[in-house]
Amino acid sequence: MSAIQLTNESLEKIMSDPETVVTGKPQVAVAAVENAVAGENLHERIGQLVGNAIKWLIPPVLGLALFIGIWALVSQSSPQLPGPAKTWESATILFSDPFYNKGPNDQGIGWNILASLQRVGIGFGMAALVGIPLGFMIGRFRFLSAMMSPIISLLRPVSPLAWLPIGLLVFKAANPAAIWVIFISAIWPMIINTAVGVNRIPQDYMNVAKVLNLSEWKIFTKILFPAVLPYMMTGIRLSIGVAWLVIVAAEMLTGGVGLGFWVWDEWNNLNVEHIIIAIFVVGIVGLLLEQMLVLLAKKFNYE
Amino acid sequence: MEKYVQIENVRQVFSTKKGPFVALRDINLNINQGEFIALIGHSGCGKSTLLNLVAGLTLPSDGAMLCAGREISGPGPERGVVFQNHSLLPWLTCFENVYLAVERVFGQAESKASLKKRTHEALALVGLTHAEHKHPHEISGGMKQRVGIARALSMQPKVLLLDEPFGALDALTRAHLQDELMKIAAETHSTVMMVTHDVDEAVLLSDRIVMMTNGPAATIGEILNVDLPRPRDRLALANDAKYHEYRGAVLDFLYRRQLRPAA
Repeated sequence: MSAIQLTNESLEKIMSDPETVVTGKPQVAVAAVENAVAGENLHERIGQLVGNAIKWLIPPVLGLALFIGIWALVSQSSPQLPGPAKTWESATILFSDPFYNKGPNDQGIGWNILASLQRVGIGFGMAALVGIPLGFMIGRFRFLSAMMSPIISLLRPVSPLAWLPIGLLVFKAANPAAIWVIFISAIWPMIINTAVGVNRIPQDYMNVAKVLNLSEWKIFTKILFPAVLPYMMTGIRLSIGVAWLVIVAAEMLTGGVGLGFWVWDEWNNLNVEHIIIAIFVVGIVGLLLEQMLVLLAKKFNYE
Repeated sequence: MEKYVQIENVRQVFSTKKGPFVALRDINLNINQGEFIALIGHSGCGKSTLLNLVAGLTLPSDGAMLCAGREISGPGPERGVVFQNHSLLPWLTCFENVYLAVERVFGQAESKASLKKRTHEALALVGLTHAEHKHPHEISGGMKQRVGIARALSMQPKVLLLDEPFGALDALTRAHLQDELMKIAAETHSTVMMVTHDVDEAVLLSDRIVMMTNGPAATIGEILNVDLPRPRDRLALANDAKYHEYRGAVLDFLYRRQLRPAA
């Protein structure tokens, strides 16, 4: 009991103490001021974010508007070229039913995109399966590098389409020939970048491998592969880019279902709106592929 | 005391485009068990070359090198190396970097749990338990170098080889790591060979300082016995006459007798 009384007493004493009372009020005031400051800060920050977004958005939006404006002007003076409005109208109709199928020569835009992606996927995948291990070996063994470098230097600058007749001759069918063209054009960046990556492995890492006496398998999985991965990703990105560039041309020549053939078909139908739409589709799909790989590559950046 | 490392008449010649280059000649050195040796000399005098020879990263052109009575024919787990620039693998965490070494040395004889325990212990020894699961780019330079030391120690080497381990660190971190290295070396009774260009570091840490002449064709110029009682305290030594005498002797060798005309 006495203890409680004592605390009560002391509490009263503290409460009646002028200092406590005086310091009590400013504290409340300070808290209120802080809240107000925080609210202001939030407003300011939102304002800043919006401001930044506008700053970021203005140049690309302006660029696109300029592009569409010039396009509209050009289409005014040349009547065969459809303007942006007409193309947009056509696109909405086209994309309202992307997956119709009226026989081999008349399929929806969705099927055409998927067909092209599939060819690129198969051709690129096979190029990766051959090119990446080959790149590793060329990077690791100097003899192999000296052996392969004249072949690579000779064949790399050849236009991918020059390989099409060889493909047609060997495979005796259009589809494998188109895939072959993708394969041969996508393989070089992967071989070269992987080999460069292996060559550029810092000597420090190889010294670690030596000092720790790591097995060949450990050297590959713990040092070689992770060290080369960023270079490999660069090769893969370049390869996908080239493959997507080449597929339109290859399909124009081989026919069947696919964006390239579709462009050619619409040219024969004199449906210019669809050709312009195809150009945009090829561009957007290519951009998406690239961005996907950029995101993937970021995951393997260790620094 | 047992001789742990024996180097006899070692000569190292590198072939370059301009013809053979003699880096080291007539190197004779015995390192006793539990001894701390510092290699000091001007840059380009071949101190790192000598360390690489002991590590087995390169083989001598001539002469004999033995470690624990066996010829050095390549790197081995009985010789742990700490590199100048930490050389951690950036895609592995600190734990994984050390585990790689532990697994290689003890992986065949011991269970996974025991390997993990060894890794934890090595990191605890350098005071990095809290950073085990961080990647090298997430920790400071001093911490990276400590992981490098933990990796070398985790192999339970008979000889610890350090190639200017603190050269890239700021003075305060360096002093801190030097104290820790002294403590660890005393606790583990390690035999240590350390390349340095820091006179104070050499006197503070070592039992003997091996001073090298300038290259090319560098050799051991003089060996100084540092007879200071252990454990050593850097603050107490700052006013120690003997410490300054040793320091003066090394400085005299480096800057009066071996001063490079061009440098």
